[in-house]
Amino acid sequence: MAIIEARGLTYIYPFAEKPAIEDVNLAIEEGEFVLLTGPSGCGKTTLCRCFNGLIPHFYGGRLEGEVIVAGLRTTEHPTYELAKHVGMVFQNPENQLFALTVEKDVAFGLENLGLPRDEIRRRVDWALKVTGIYELRDRAPFELSGGQQQRVAIASVLAMQPEVIVLDEPTSFLDPLSARTILETVHQLKRELGITVILVEHRLDLAARYANRIIVMDRGRIILDGEPRRVFLDDRVRLVGVGLPKVIRLYLALKRDEVDLGRAPLSPEEASELILGVLKSDRG
Amino acid sequence: MSVLEGLRFRSISSPIHLIDPRAKLVYVCILFAVAVLFSQLIPLLIIFFSQIPLVLIARIKREWLRLIRGSIFFAALIFAANVISLYFYGGYPSLASIIEHSLAMTLRFLILVESFSIFFTTTSPDMLSLSLEQMGVPYEFCFAFTTAIRFIPVLAEEAQTIMDAQKARGLELERGSFLKRIKNYIPILIPLIVSAIRRSMELAEAMESRAWGASTKRTNLYSLKMKARDYAFIAISAAVLSISVYACFFIRIPRLIELIYLG
Amino acid sequence: MGQNGAGKTTLVKHFIGLLKPTRGRVLVDGVDTRTVSVAQLARKVGFVFQNPDHQLFSETVEEEVVFALRNFGFDEKTIRERVDWALNLLDLTEYRKSSPFMLSGGERKRVALASVLAWDPKILILDEPTIGQDAYQKERLRHFIIQLNQQGKTVIVVTHDIEFIAECEPRVVLMANGKIIADRGAREVLTDPALIKESSLVPPEITQVFIRLNDLGFPRKVLGVYEAKRLILERLRGGLHNERT
Repeated sequence: MAIIEARGLTYIYPFAEKPAIEDVNLAIEEGEFVLLTGPSGCGKTTLCRCFNGLIPHFYGGRLEGEVIVAGLRTTEHPTYELAKHVGMVFQNPENQLFALTVEKDVAFGLENLGLPRDEIRRRVDWALKVTGIYELRDRAPFELSGGQQQRVAIASVLAMQPEVIVLDEPTSFLDPLSARTILETVHQLKRELGITVILVEHRLDLAARYANRIIVMDRGRIILDGEPRRVFLDDRVRLVGVGLPKVIRLYLALKRDEVDLGRAPLSPEEASELILGVLKSDRG
Repeated sequence: MSVLEGLRFRSISSPIHLIDPRAKLVYVCILFAVAVLFSQLIPLLIIFFSQIPLVLIARIKREWLRLIRGSIFFAALIFAANVISLYFYGGYPSLASIIEHSLAMTLRFLILVESFSIFFTTTSPDMLSLSLEQMGVPYEFCFAFTTAIRFIPVLAEEAQTIMDAQKARGLELERGSFLKRIKNYIPILIPLIVSAIRRSMELAEAMESRAWGASTKRTNLYSLKMKARDYAFIAISAAVLSISVYACFFIRIPRLIELIYLG
Repeated sequence: MGQNGAGKTTLVKHFIGLLKPTRGRVLVDGVDTRTVSVAQLARKVGFVFQNPDHQLFSETVEEEVVFALRNFGFDEKTIRERVDWALNLLDLTEYRKSSPFMLSGGERKRVALASVLAWDPKILILDEPTIGQDAYQKERLRHFIIQLNQQGKTVIVVTHDIEFIAECEPRVVLMANGKIIADRGAREVLTDPALIKESSLVPPEITQVFIRLNDLGFPRKVLGVYEAKRLILERLRGGLHNERT
């Protein structure tokens, strides 16, 4: 059974004239790493909010169709219940950390759930270690760098042990190196814990290599949904105006000159390997 | 502002820092009661100076001095107000006794300031909030309290950035008439307020996403337990209260002037 | 360019006098920044801050753009002309009477930019203009910056977004730990492994590919897709490649 399912999902924000997302149908299986992308205003953030119940409970508005998360229909269950299954990491690291120490922040969700103290302690320590920030547990969020703050946010979500973690443009405020590190951490967590990841990103050059599936949205609708290489080579992706990684553009440019690298590369490492391959076979 | 600096928590290891916030709260209340009990200068002087050892044990001398210095203005105001009203509406035999009484009133104020300083500089906001929670204050208020404190440095930085951004568009903040300068703060206040509203919306979203409201019986990672030293602290404070009550009602406390003249 | 915390924003704040040097001095158009106020420097140096919400406060977009012009003492006729011009330049004419708070993130960034360009400063500083922008918006911004530069403006962009600037090959001043560690053309700086390591940057994608191909005799200093393609084709076809592609 899919861990997240949307059928005929349409949503209109209060006071809005047009739907922010229209007729969205998708099913996400457990263990997938889904990359959700599209131009600004395409509805990707709105869609994410539908997964954990912020839509419709926090935002109001009108929701048509249905969203089922871990077997629960989101319109029928409050956000705090859905939060146990879908955790969300937001774009701005500063505005999702409320406590005066990292440790208390990671404990926040568990305290809300009313778990016994020793269980909270165990999970907090585990989440801190698994995200590599155990040494920062007594520090104040204000003192941390953006990358560290995002790790705290991830740890706070992980501590609740949801099946799905949604990250909404988590690297926006980070420099490329921190961005790389965070994405690598998320990928590692997925491998080790089997958690389902939904990542909303513009920086496809950094994120595409980790995803097993890319969903491209435009103007509230899903335009493309499939394996990354297939999606990148689809003509429609260029019409939508998504920022294709340069290595994909190189692949396409070479293809137009009748040089086939064999496979569309998703990272510079892969691209250089494929180029080497072509050069060797040409010689040999 | 030096007054705020004098109330900022500093994480040092001192015996006073380790005392449970609730015990310290009892101490502040008792001190308040004792200060109100006496209106004579001599006992108030004794109380004021008897707290200094606490300040030294807690190693917060610097913060304490800052706070006292910041309160000088109000202290002087209280002193002047008392002198003037007693002089004209009197009942007091001499100028010297008026001055003594006004000094006493000023000292009452300073004693309170002093105890607040000791309390806030030795109690982390986290522990304070936890103690309030354990005393039965609804969690929403404790949460609002700690979150507000957590965001003070963030908002301060943001206010500075907004000022910079508007100065870079030619906004003059230093010169101009008084009225004009007030008007010039509108381009600073509005972005600050809008930003604060946006921020609180984002925070609310994050809170909901972490199961806010899931359980009416909210648990906590830490819990404050009263130890022997906390009870001892309360006991000492209670003893001070009893002695003060006895002294107030059963001992005749001389005026300072009388002592000076007698001597 | 440089990592977060390297000192980039601190440095550029000196150019508009928001910060004054502890030692040494900063001269803008020959004038020592310590001798003039921020407002005076702002006439020549337009600073667009990272977060447009730190600037927006007016009831309409139009008033937002007028704000600085009034502060600088322009007459009403010039103000009207400049507002029309700035709004048109940034495609904001239809939002003239809208509240800036009702616009989308990208539109608010354009309003902030318009309000700074309105007084036509000769130097323009953009602090992290690409944050949160999608590919199309970044492309538009890049063209715009190049256009402004071609019109004679000095443009300083503070950014850690390497892909954004790689293909326009500007002069790159690279910072790390509060110091300038390089000040040369993009092609030199962004492809140097030592500099990249020291400044904790990530090289442009194409450069990353060619760093790995270095052993085969490929040059390392490659930035763009088309030059990459050309080099690969040259190698494959044994050196002679028709430039007309």
